[in-house]
Amino acid sequence: MSAHGNAELTHEHPVGSTKLFAWVWMWLLLLTAVEVFLAYERIEVHLMITMLVGLSLIKSALIMSYFMHLRFERLGLFLLLVPAMVFCICMMLIMFFPDSIRLMNLRPH
Amino acid sequence: MSETELEGIVESPWSGGASPFAINSKKLGMWLFIVSDSLTFSALLVSYAYVRLENPNWPRPFEIWPAIAKSSFMTFVLLSSSLTMVLGVNAAFKGDRKKTVRYLIATMICGLAFVLIHATEWMTLFSEGVTPWSNPWGTPLFGGTFFGLTGLHMLHVTIGVAYLGIIAWGFGKGKYTADHVEVSGLYWHFVDLVWMFIFPMVYLLSVNPK
Repeated sequence: MSAHGNAELTHEHPVGSTKLFAWVWMWLLLLTAVEVFLAYERIEVHLMITMLVGLSLIKSALIMSYFMHLRFERLGLFLLLVPAMVFCICMMLIMFFPDSIRLMNLRPH
Repeated sequence: MSETELEGIVESPWSGGASPFAINSKKLGMWLFIVSDSLTFSALLVSYAYVRLENPNWPRPFEIWPAIAKSSFMTFVLLSSSLTMVLGVNAAFKGDRKKTVRYLIATMICGLAFVLIHATEWMTLFSEGVTPWSNPWGTPLFGGTFFGLTGLHMLHVTIGVAYLGIIAWGFGKGKYTADHVEVSGLYWHFVDLVWMFIFPMVYLLSVNPK
């Protein structure tokens, strides 16, 4: 991610080839198909939530790195944006998890 | 600013350089907007998860056919629009204006198709008696969270289509540069990214369990 010269600053050259983006697109479709398959099989709900969130995180990482070019930018931009966002989302979940675990234990199965 | 001057700034970002991230200000602005908007959607998703958990008899009305098939197709359309968008950005940096505009129009068509399919789905739900404040299955909050989440996302797609239209028009006339196309692309991919969370959380987790 070292930048030298004007070319990198203005992104004169396109980043990533058509082939690369087509591959990313196919992976995204494949992961979506896995998600739909999980719903079709109606697997156990806790396992399903875990797998769906995991797959969605992988998909969003793919979109951000390749489609949104974050992989081709300086590391500094990633460090500016992503940790702060993850931190804020974790702050929301601090409110969520204690209650959700308590309710799950209270509920008869 | 001369080229050597610019180079000096790029190479010494931490000694008072003006461009530590080596990107233009439009792009940084769009990224900061995306981070704040992602928190809006996160808050909506977390509150949805919370009210869903609070209500043990949360309705799970979606059948594999047609609701899940339809929303899966919408996901496909949106992912494909992201591909045409990213190829459009590449064409823009290669200086191929005609090709860029064509890719942008393809992206807009996919976006419009998404909105239209989504609208027909909403109409079906309305005809079944599902509104933001009531539905036939109990737990009125279902409609509130469903229409709130998908409605805000649909608004983003609609704004995105208009935004891309302006960019395509301006870029075709030579008014805008490739940087403008790339920044509009960031917004479009973000809208796609949000759907990658709404689709599993709202649709796939509400599949009829029978």
